[in-house]
Amino acid sequence: MNWFDSWALSLAVFLPLVGMLVLLAVPTADEQLAKIVALVTTVATFGVTVALAIGFDYDATGKLQYVVDKRWIDVISTRYHVGIDGISLPLLLLSAFITVLCVVYSWNHFPEPHSPKAFLALMLLLEVGLNGTFVAQDLILFFIFFELVLLPMFFMIGVWGGPNREYASIKFFIFTMFGSAFMLLGFLALFWKLGTFQIPELVTMGGGDIVRGTQNLIFAGLFLGFAIKVPMFPFHTWLPDAHTEAPTVGSVLLAAIMLKLGTYGFVRIALPVLPEAAETWAPWIGLLAVIGIVYGALCCLAQRDMKRLIAFSSVAHMGFVMLGIATLTDFGINAAVFGMVAHGLITGMLFFLAGSVQYRFDTREMSRLGGLLTLTPKMGWILGFCAMASLGLPGLAGFWGEFPAILSAYEPAAGLPIETFRTFMVIAAIGTVLAAGYLLWMLQRVVFGTVGSEWSGRHFHDVNVEEWVAWTPMLALIAVLGVYPQLLFRVTDGAVAKVVSEVSQVIG
Amino acid sequence: MNPSIDFHAFAPELVLAATIVVVLLVDLVSDRGKWLASRLATIGVLAAVVPIVTLAVDGADRSMFGGAYVVDNYALALKAFFLLVTYLTLLLSLDYIAEGDYYEGEYYFLLLISVLGMLVMTSARDLISIFIALETISLPTFVLVGWRKHDTRSNEAAIKYYLFGVLSSAVMLFGMSYVFGLSGSTLLTDIAQYASTDGVPALFAVGIFFTLAGFAFKVSAVPFHFWAPDTYEGSPTPVTAFLSVASKAGGFVALLSVVYFGFFPSGESWQPVLWVLAAASMTLGNLAALRQTNIIRLLAYSSIAQGGFILVPLAVAGDGTAAQSAFEAVVIYLLIYGAMNLGAFAVVIAAARRTRSAEISSFAGLGRTAPVLAVTMTMFLFSLTGIPPFAGWFAKFVMFRAVLDAGTPAAVVLGVIAAVNSVIAFFYYVGVARQMWYREPASDAGPTVVPAALGAAIAITTAVVVVIGVYPQPFARIGEAAFGG
Repeated sequence: MNWFDSWALSLAVFLPLVGMLVLLAVPTADEQLAKIVALVTTVATFGVTVALAIGFDYDATGKLQYVVDKRWIDVISTRYHVGIDGISLPLLLLSAFITVLCVVYSWNHFPEPHSPKAFLALMLLLEVGLNGTFVAQDLILFFIFFELVLLPMFFMIGVWGGPNREYASIKFFIFTMFGSAFMLLGFLALFWKLGTFQIPELVTMGGGDIVRGTQNLIFAGLFLGFAIKVPMFPFHTWLPDAHTEAPTVGSVLLAAIMLKLGTYGFVRIALPVLPEAAETWAPWIGLLAVIGIVYGALCCLAQRDMKRLIAFSSVAHMGFVMLGIATLTDFGINAAVFGMVAHGLITGMLFFLAGSVQYRFDTREMSRLGGLLTLTPKMGWILGFCAMASLGLPGLAGFWGEFPAILSAYEPAAGLPIETFRTFMVIAAIGTVLAAGYLLWMLQRVVFGTVGSEWSGRHFHDVNVEEWVAWTPMLALIAVLGVYPQLLFRVTDGAVAKVVSEVSQVIG
Repeated sequence: MNPSIDFHAFAPELVLAATIVVVLLVDLVSDRGKWLASRLATIGVLAAVVPIVTLAVDGADRSMFGGAYVVDNYALALKAFFLLVTYLTLLLSLDYIAEGDYYEGEYYFLLLISVLGMLVMTSARDLISIFIALETISLPTFVLVGWRKHDTRSNEAAIKYYLFGVLSSAVMLFGMSYVFGLSGSTLLTDIAQYASTDGVPALFAVGIFFTLAGFAFKVSAVPFHFWAPDTYEGSPTPVTAFLSVASKAGGFVALLSVVYFGFFPSGESWQPVLWVLAAASMTLGNLAALRQTNIIRLLAYSSIAQGGFILVPLAVAGDGTAAQSAFEAVVIYLLIYGAMNLGAFAVVIAAARRTRSAEISSFAGLGRTAPVLAVTMTMFLFSLTGIPPFAGWFAKFVMFRAVLDAGTPAAVVLGVIAAVNSVIAFFYYVGVARQMWYREPASDAGPTVVPAALGAAIAITTAVVVVIGVYPQPFARIGEAAFGG
């Protein structure tokens, strides 16, 4: 192995940490320098992930690549074990990519109480946790990165958030912490039964000789940890508050990347490590997923705050992802991974737009907004484009996450109740109609219509430079992935096939 | 018979004893005695670590007085822990004691005597030497608690602590007398042998119960905790830090020795007692902490709850394959708890230098006025909660590992209680963080000046909390070596 192969992943994870330490040394008064340090760090990190993607062997996406497996804490048999396959790679890229755009977007509008240095330092720390979670191949390492994400997000919401930020930040923290306490118990139970924390080894064992009842219990622990993060109904209640109160960039990072930690946990750990339990739990996961789809959509229809509407739409969209995962099929899980990336791009964009709308109009009340096409036509068109992508219009990225996920429920993995899943399919399909409903409703209220009397006659700056720089790549990707989904499916397919074969070997 | 004394084995205690005498004399004869006494105390404590290192390098277990006094890895590891904790406590004390209206020389004299008791405790393998060690730990602290001599609350704290301490000693002696009466020996190994024979009468369990109850006072486990909040609040803050870390750890070491080397075979007698103590301490300690508005009382209740977490592995030690992992968990938890709790106290002392207040609300806006203090305090609070990458997660981790190794339903229930409690604990720890970061500072906020010694204490504890959080291997090794004996 050459130098790059053995160091690239560690660089991708810890480069932001180095950047953060440099940033802390920058004098608080020199805001420009702080921003430059953050930008250089995130761009360099993104550069590393791109280099990873270029050197990636696309003929063996199911195989872990760039593996580093070093001693870490011998006494508890935990190792510094990292590696990526076709499922991790797109998410790692997404994470590094979105963080760069967030730094760019923040450039000139840092929310109150300003202090860019602290804000950017937290953002870099967040990136360490996010990137680390996607590459960790050891349960304890995974756990540490998974938890590392909490602190920066907690302070981002709590210090830079909206009026109700304290409540939202604490609720967010408590929910996720509660989940991860049980997740850790689950990890320990796995170790106790199977004697290793290494994810690849655990996957090969496929549950080993753990009896089904115990598997189900351990799965329950993991389920709590991941489902709260996703978030699945009925554990979603932290999400609308956190999103509504978080600063724009916080919302974007939360929606675009953090929520994926949960779904990624299901695909990477819960399903392949405990296949029998996955089979038992799958119908219930599917049920909660479709409840989430319908419930999220209905909640959207009841919102007056634009950002809160997008937050609830996340609940619905993650429902589609979870439905895909619950089918335990190649088709469904591929759709789910695609859905994660698409949701990251589209909902991330929507949160950016909500932030920009609020920045200009000082409100997100949809009843007060209106006529965005007249006031700021470019932003109006972009919002229209993203709403279309979000409702799953064919030709845009959202479609390839949603539609195959619904289809996959028609033919779930052998051993799962077909009738139940077909019912889920119908309900999920109704969910897409509702999604079209709330998104068009939002468009109609915000983008179309007449300009409210309080805005008429005033001038508003349309999309500015930072916004163009931050948004163009995302918009382009939404279109490219929509037209040529193979770009992503080609990467994920091999890895997903491996996960599914591990599962189906056991439950056959 | 004239017992032969292995001076190398006694070297740490001898160095410390010599330091104590010198500190007392210097304060008596020299003009600059007070200044000198504090510095000599610091040097003496560090000097006592040297023979511990040589003993550890030597590696041989040394047993004296017919097995009543043993120097093994376990004893050495904890002796080093106590000395380093004392060093940190001295760093906290130097400016605090010098600037306040306190007797200085005597303060260091009494503090070091208490530490001498701790060093003896780690090696004591006999009920009588354990009792003597425990009294040596406690008696000087009774006086130190009342060190703010013109403050009625300090007087109240001292009286309360003294009365509870004496009561607990009486209860413990009562229990020990039963144990001795039945087993015919005060030596822990003999007691273990007796406990493993068939037909041990129920009275033995009564003896165990009262002995443990006595220790429960020392570690302030619920329902024997009533003295702790008042005593902590009334004492000078460095003394509170000392009580909540060193003195409490002394109690845990006694508990560990008695349970592992003495009572271990009669698990059915001590496990339920410790189970109840653990569950009650975690839950009630946390619930009471939620309602506190004073940072010292909050840390008092938090230390009661943390004590509950430390009791968890002990309470399941006899089940399944938990014996080793439980022992390691207690040792590792004590090490990590020492660093993070002392760190928190150091920041409290530093912040109070400006605010002159122990109210949690006085922390408002610390993130703005003293960002470094606020960042380190945040680290300590999240470490106490058990959030990675700060050392506290590893303490919780080894605790849960012991619970799963035991694997019995009772153990799992205790594990779930512990998991729920670590979530509850978050609420009050975050309450402090919230003041520091989310609130505006008081308008008259001036700069907070942190003296060098205090700054060093904060730096050392922060380093431990971060390094061990990312790379817990060293502490894990110490735990492993300690069990190896």
